[in-house]
Amino acid sequence: MEIKKTAIAGTLESSDVQIMLSKGTVGVEFDLVSDVAKQFADDIKLTIKETLGLYGIENAVVKVVDKGALDMVIKARTLTAIQRALDAVDQPNWEVL
Amino acid sequence: MKNKVNIDVPDAILEQLDDSVFESTNYGNPEIQRVGPKVRATTGESKVQSSIDDVLSNTLKDGMTISFHHHFREGDFVFNKVMRKIIDMDYQNLTLAPSSLTNVMNDIVIEAIKKGVVTNITSSGMRGTLGDAVSHGILKNPVIFRSHGARARAIESGEIKIDVAFLGVPNSDEMGNANGMNGDAAFGSLGYALIDAQYADKLVLITDTIMPYPNTPASIKQTQVDYVVKVDKVGDPDKIGSGATRFTKDPKELKIAKTVNDVIVNSKYFKNDFSFQTGSGGAALAVTRFLREAMVAQNIKASFALGGITKPTVDLLNEGLVNRVMDVQDFDKGAASSMKLSPNQQEIDASWYADPANKGAMVDKLDVAILSALEVDTNFNVNVMSGSDGVIRGAIGGHQDAATAKLTIISAPLVRGRIATIVPKVNTVITPGDSIDVVVTEVGIAINPKRTDLVEQLKQVPGLPIYSIEELQQKAEKIVGQPAPLKFTDRVVAVAEYRDGSVIDVIKEVAD
Repeated sequence: MEIKKTAIAGTLESSDVQIMLSKGTVGVEFDLVSDVAKQFADDIKLTIKETLGLYGIENAVVKVVDKGALDMVIKARTLTAIQRALDAVDQPNWEVL
Repeated sequence: MKNKVNIDVPDAILEQLDDSVFESTNYGNPEIQRVGPKVRATTGESKVQSSIDDVLSNTLKDGMTISFHHHFREGDFVFNKVMRKIIDMDYQNLTLAPSSLTNVMNDIVIEAIKKGVVTNITSSGMRGTLGDAVSHGILKNPVIFRSHGARARAIESGEIKIDVAFLGVPNSDEMGNANGMNGDAAFGSLGYALIDAQYADKLVLITDTIMPYPNTPASIKQTQVDYVVKVDKVGDPDKIGSGATRFTKDPKELKIAKTVNDVIVNSKYFKNDFSFQTGSGGAALAVTRFLREAMVAQNIKASFALGGITKPTVDLLNEGLVNRVMDVQDFDKGAASSMKLSPNQQEIDASWYADPANKGAMVDKLDVAILSALEVDTNFNVNVMSGSDGVIRGAIGGHQDAATAKLTIISAPLVRGRIATIVPKVNTVITPGDSIDVVVTEVGIAINPKRTDLVEQLKQVPGLPIYSIEELQQKAEKIVGQPAPLKFTDRVVAVAEYRDGSVIDVIKEVAD
């Protein structure tokens, strides 16, 4: 699937993550800022990539500002950002959720 | 060479510092020859100087060791004033040996290092930009971290030879009789500075308030003081200590505090005349409050409270629930301002407080210590020095010293954000697991298996979940995942000593 518009989900509170999805052309590109990047940068990217994969999104620019969010939070924020970016907030993808 | 907590200390470091590796928490009964300061005799005349420049010219030479105290904490003006002059007068190769370094000192220390003014540092700890700079290798020689008790020991033995001590005080008379209790920038106990006053060759007091002679109570005495420098302001009262300490509303901290209290009151140490030490964090303050209720309910009184003191502890003194407060520093205004009111709130120096190499320190008599941790590992080793990213951001403080208590409790959340507190291996071992008896988290406790007596006592307590430390570690890992290992170079940027002066761990330069 293709991203239709730039969309954002999440906050900059501690233990949250803010994810902004925009259109991309060359796979999934990351711009990651995280307090725990040294320990968890790869894990964070993997979680987001897998979640994008659930929607068949292969091209995206992902800007991540992470404040130490746990995996489930990262997944939830990514899902919301995707629904918004696909302009599909009214039609949640139940199979993914 | 490997030490007792399985840390491989490079031989070159041991040679450079003439140190041995950590073997045991038991100090034994060695005989120690202490050193004495050099004294230039003076009589009568006033020691007050209006400018620090002449004093520096008269006292300081390249290559010397200088010291400061950190009782003004983030409100300190003295450190920056003196260091500014020292840098501007182009001194070189100094060793900086303060009792600790606070954030307000960071910028000027970094400048002094860059200009070659400071080439060696020993401290209780460091944080912020300075910790970051040292972790990235700004200093050629490794920083030496010592506990408050170990600093006193090292000064007494001459390992740290202070050539000139610059001690800020909120009041002094013209001859140097001074205390920390009165004046605009009062901070209470002068505990850490008293060792410098006793052992420095040259002692320079910096104050903003000259009192009529003779000034009492005199924590620092005129017999020790060479110069008194009058400045406009020694500190910002609002930043010296926190204001009124508020009771935490954080449910996680409250749960931890309540569990710590359960451990204490159900241990054999909770009886009349017991003694305790708590820290200054939210959970520690809450413990004091829970403990008060238990003491009232069971009609138990404590013989003394020790260490860094807060208002809730002073309240226990005033209520008659604690007989003496033995005070090496004051964390808030309430504690700082009450010292002068009560002879039962006794100022103690760092040696009396926590030094293993004397004829008996107060920590030796301590029953219960409640301490914090950045990390605890499955061997119960505690890190209070380096962050989860490997960067220096803490201080030993009195951690190693107070941990020698009969019941040492570490209170810490299982995880902080995405960072596990209970880990397979801590980044830096500061306090050895041998000293730690119980680890308390919000999900339950772990008891050091060698304390079979505590296991027996505490397993009877209803509603107190007991896990193995490995189980707690796994619970934490299940929540946050497995972090990628940190990357370091081979270069040692700091050495953490145990309280006996042996090397317990080294901190390496971070690679990024």
